[in-house]
Amino acid sequence: MDTGSIAWMLTATLLVLFMTPGLAFFYGGLVRGRNVVSTLMYSFIAMGVASIVWVLWGYSLAFNDMGNGVVGGLEFIGLAGVSHTEGDGIPDLLFAAFQMTFAIITPALITGAFVERFKFTTYLIFLVLWVTLVYAPVCHWVWGGGWIGGLDGGALDFAGGTVVHINAGIAAVAAAYLVGKRRNPGIEPHNVPFVVLGAAILWIGWFGFNAGSQLAADGVAVQAFVNTNTAAAVAAVVWALLSYIHTGRISAVGVATGVVAGLVAVTPAAGWVGTMGSFAIGLGAGIICHYAVHFEILHKIGIDDSLEVFAVHGLGGIWGALATGIFAWGALTDSAGGLVNGNAGHFVANLIAVVATLAYSGIVSFIILFVLDKIPGLGLRIVEPDEDIGIDITAHGERGYVADGAD
Amino acid sequence: MLKIEAVVRPERTSTVLEALTAAGVKGYSYWNITGKGQQEGVEVFTGRGGHLSHRVALPKTMIMTVIPEGMKDAVISSIVESARTGEEGAIGDGKIFVSQIDDATRVSTGETGESTVM
Repeated sequence: MDTGSIAWMLTATLLVLFMTPGLAFFYGGLVRGRNVVSTLMYSFIAMGVASIVWVLWGYSLAFNDMGNGVVGGLEFIGLAGVSHTEGDGIPDLLFAAFQMTFAIITPALITGAFVERFKFTTYLIFLVLWVTLVYAPVCHWVWGGGWIGGLDGGALDFAGGTVVHINAGIAAVAAAYLVGKRRNPGIEPHNVPFVVLGAAILWIGWFGFNAGSQLAADGVAVQAFVNTNTAAAVAAVVWALLSYIHTGRISAVGVATGVVAGLVAVTPAAGWVGTMGSFAIGLGAGIICHYAVHFEILHKIGIDDSLEVFAVHGLGGIWGALATGIFAWGALTDSAGGLVNGNAGHFVANLIAVVATLAYSGIVSFIILFVLDKIPGLGLRIVEPDEDIGIDITAHGERGYVADGAD
Repeated sequence: MLKIEAVVRPERTSTVLEALTAAGVKGYSYWNITGKGQQEGVEVFTGRGGHLSHRVALPKTMIMTVIPEGMKDAVISSIVESARTGEEGAIGDGKIFVSQIDDATRVSTGETGESTVM
């Protein structure tokens, strides 16, 4: 056991855990004031539900490698036999805790697609099913000894471009499609300071996400740390410039979104590219995600992905996964490197991983939500009057802002 | 008695309130409102900050005061002078509505009529 690594990984686990409340505020600021409690809760309750699923059976399905390539076994149910003293540099139990924080934030990311109208009770069941049937298997494929991790060319996903972002991004499309458009979408985010605060928490937390994914306090973690910041910074500034070019003003929400886009894209590459590789990844993420939001690509085909989860996490994740295949640096990957080193193996493997994740998560998420929608007493959508009044008071019995003096 | 309801730019509110006091107005109420007159709204960032959307109604402040009829001209001109922007004024500077008030009662003493607003 390496106590330095244990100390860093405990810290990194905390950093990633704190990203989910950060996301809650990010999304909470973007919606209307009468739906802020609900939007916060979609993320916040994931810290409860997904944690429970993870310790009971999620970790086992993801990391109890049975050698079948598809899904893990049941040996680690209840984290039985997951050692707090033994492991590869850090205790296995610490690895399970670190991975748990990823299983929490990934479904929370999806919720941006269906804010202001998704039935909360159904959402709780969706959380259990999605972490079990989508997150755990995809996590197993990539990191748990599954088939993507075993691809010939060597699929590279340092911290979760496929497992977290593409996975959540395509599930968001299925969810937005099935739940339908908002009846009366608001024009402006109701609390821009919340959005910037949330983005700041995400930015800081992402160092745990990416540098922590090295699972050790070493030089690669340092490279991942620098890459994470570089990509976020470049994408933020790119978004600011594009915002100025198109509108003559620089949107704070846009810059915050640019930060997230850069962080998403560098996630799969974090410890496998050099600093200038992460610069290029941030540049691409800023441009791609900005124009995806600017041209409202999903809204144009009638899918109300309300907070642009696919544009930022889906497209940002796809760009990041492919860019990892391009910019992977042989000295860091301990292989022939990416396309920049003249090796196509990683690029092709990552392309396969992207397509497989899009297909599996898209289809299974669709099936889960389709079935939940048909079950009497459940259903995906709140009734129309509740949506007009606001989901905070109708689903939670609370208001975010009690400003009428009638206390 | 007359009720004066003045819609003004929010950033002019404190200037107008000072002018009302200078004109002899003893009491007023004001609140933030959103509305539309001749002005044509504003472009705001929507969604995740990638494009602009048109918001038709704008923030304004509604100032309400009740005055004796004899103060009408002084009060109206004090609002016009303090709320107008630039030499010529501009669209969006606001509007003043005047209406009759039948009676008023001072709660503490029970007195009625114009003396309650003087």
